Amino acid sequence: MAKLSFQLNADDFLPASASEKESLVVMRESVGFWKDGFRRLKRNKIAMVSLVVVILVLFISFVIPQFYPYTYEQQIRGSENLAPMQYSQTELTTMETGGKVFPHILGTDNLGRDYAIRVMMGSRVSLVVGIIASVLILFIGSLYGSIAGYFGGWVDLVMMRIVDMIYTVPDILIIILLSVALDQPLKALAMKPGFQWIQVVGVNLISIFIVFALLYWVGMARIVRSQILILKEQEYVTAAKALGASSGRIIKKHLLKNCIGTLIVTTTLQIPSAIFTESFLSFLGLGVNAPMPSLGSLASAALNGMNSYPYRLFVPALAIALIILSFNLLGDGLRDAFDPKLKD
Amino acid sequence: MGKYIIKRVAMAVVTIFAVATITFFVMNMVPGGPFMAEKAVSPQAQAALEAKFGLDKPLSEQYITYMKDLLHGDLGLSVKQRGRTVNQIIASKFPVSARVGGMAILLAVMTGVPLGSIAAYRRGKLADNIIIVFSTSGIAVPNFVTCTILMYLFSLKLGLLPTYGLTSWKHYVMPVAALALYPSSYIARLMRSSMLDVMGQDYMRTARAKGVSQRVSLFKHALRNAILPVVTYLGPLLAYTLTGSFIVEKIFTIPGLGSEFVGSITSRDYPLIMGTTIFLAALMVTMNVLVDIAYKLIDPRIKLK
Repeated sequence: MAKLSFQLNADDFLPASASEKESLVVMRESVGFWKDGFRRLKRNKIAMVSLVVVILVLFISFVIPQFYPYTYEQQIRGSENLAPMQYSQTELTTMETGGKVFPHILGTDNLGRDYAIRVMMGSRVSLVVGIIASVLILFIGSLYGSIAGYFGGWVDLVMMRIVDMIYTVPDILIIILLSVALDQPLKALAMKPGFQWIQVVGVNLISIFIVFALLYWVGMARIVRSQILILKEQEYVTAAKALGASSGRIIKKHLLKNCIGTLIVTTTLQIPSAIFTESFLSFLGLGVNAPMPSLGSLASAALNGMNSYPYRLFVPALAIALIILSFNLLGDGLRDAFDPKLKD
Repeated sequence: MGKYIIKRVAMAVVTIFAVATITFFVMNMVPGGPFMAEKAVSPQAQAALEAKFGLDKPLSEQYITYMKDLLHGDLGLSVKQRGRTVNQIIASKFPVSARVGGMAILLAVMTGVPLGSIAAYRRGKLADNIIIVFSTSGIAVPNFVTCTILMYLFSLKLGLLPTYGLTSWKHYVMPVAALALYPSSYIARLMRSSMLDVMGQDYMRTARAKGVSQRVSLFKHALRNAILPVVTYLGPLLAYTLTGSFIVEKIFTIPGLGSEFVGSITSRDYPLIMGTTIFLAALMVTMNVLVDIAYKLIDPRIKLK
């Protein structure tokens, strides 16, 4: 009969030597979430091209205007309605006397403002609106969705009924309604000390943000909730609960971190839709305030002179199509790379 | 089924009520009211006007009156178009929008479904790639861009189509095409992915194996199943067409409800803004409910809760 022996060999518990470590065969470097995703993204040609386009657009609209010799509201006397690369009489004389004049690449508008810088600033406004709106949606939507998904039961029921209701409310109607209604209260608020920044940003822009924050988060909330419903059944959540972690901590540290792929993809795809809405509103005259251009308002202003200055319409129109298209394709690529399950 | 319908209809009624309430209070949040813009109104005239429109009463009373009228289908008087009720304006303008919008929806479905099916059938081939490029760019282009480019090409350069008004069939071509581009591209994408999904199903292989021809299997089996997601898209499509009409009607100066709505905003005609918002919202919510119910009726796989 074999005797049970509890004797332990102390040598077994010594740190592994270099040769022993060597023998542990590493088949392949373990690939992390980010690395894996980026590897897949890099292989996607369309997504990479649109990523380059997005970076280029960001560069043109945020960096170049800082060094551009004209500003978007600067009216150059005598240079009204110039064609692309055309110089006015005064500019020609300064050039003859040896002065340097930066060419108006896209000409000037009817008030003598350089059109190229206006288009760049317009893209900047559109991008800022898209990005800020998406960040707002990200915060509200993910918080709401995760609370509803995590607590479940009647909390979930009530919260999701509210979402259903907001979902069926026609958003554009409410946006237009609110931008009309918020116009005067916000203007009044802008007069008060501490709120002057409202004037700078523009009343309409603020009401667009408010509306995005109020209405557009529902899609995000639904997606996050459905993810949380699956994730909360995982063992690590039970473990965290057993260790006494609070609900807030579990949501923040475990659940939301694990749906980061979904969050990134949904936010990226939200940017073009916000830009879409902003250009739509600006086109109707409900977007940014006057000297500040936006791609929608530029296109709208160019509509009347379409016969004589068609390029003034086409440049912002193409810019907007390009921005929306590249963000859409990048978002699709990110989804395939980071969150293949989300693909419809 | 009956329970489901009742639930959906109840939700819809609550939503419409909520929209009406929000609209009412949001509009009344605006200080000044609709008569501020008008010049040289004496205090007496101002008071008389306010009394006429019931604006002198407390807000809660106004709300109850408005809601009561709303239940009777009365949306009140327009402030800027003297002597006309909001109901009359909607009744005269909505058919115009509905015609253009209806044609656009029809065109979108009739082009989107075949394009998507062809793309799926010729997967990876040239036709598929062309359709993908078309539908991806169709989604990215806002409709004011489509409108203006169409107008530039066909009216200003080629002189083929008239730029404004709505008197002959020629007038319909551009607005309908511009309105249909986005939904057509969307349906093509939707149709392609659902067709690919269906074509990979076992019953498709069974059909082919028992000797059904390629064409019959595609039309009888695949198309019928693949078209279901398009049905669910009809609700959002209607909403899109309605809001899209704001732009299209503005550009082509079509006297429809969309341009009326935009006009009422710029002229601050509050009762008209409120009336059209509630009307359009009710229309969209109703359509959504109908589409949802139709979808459940068509597809028996969907369980009713």
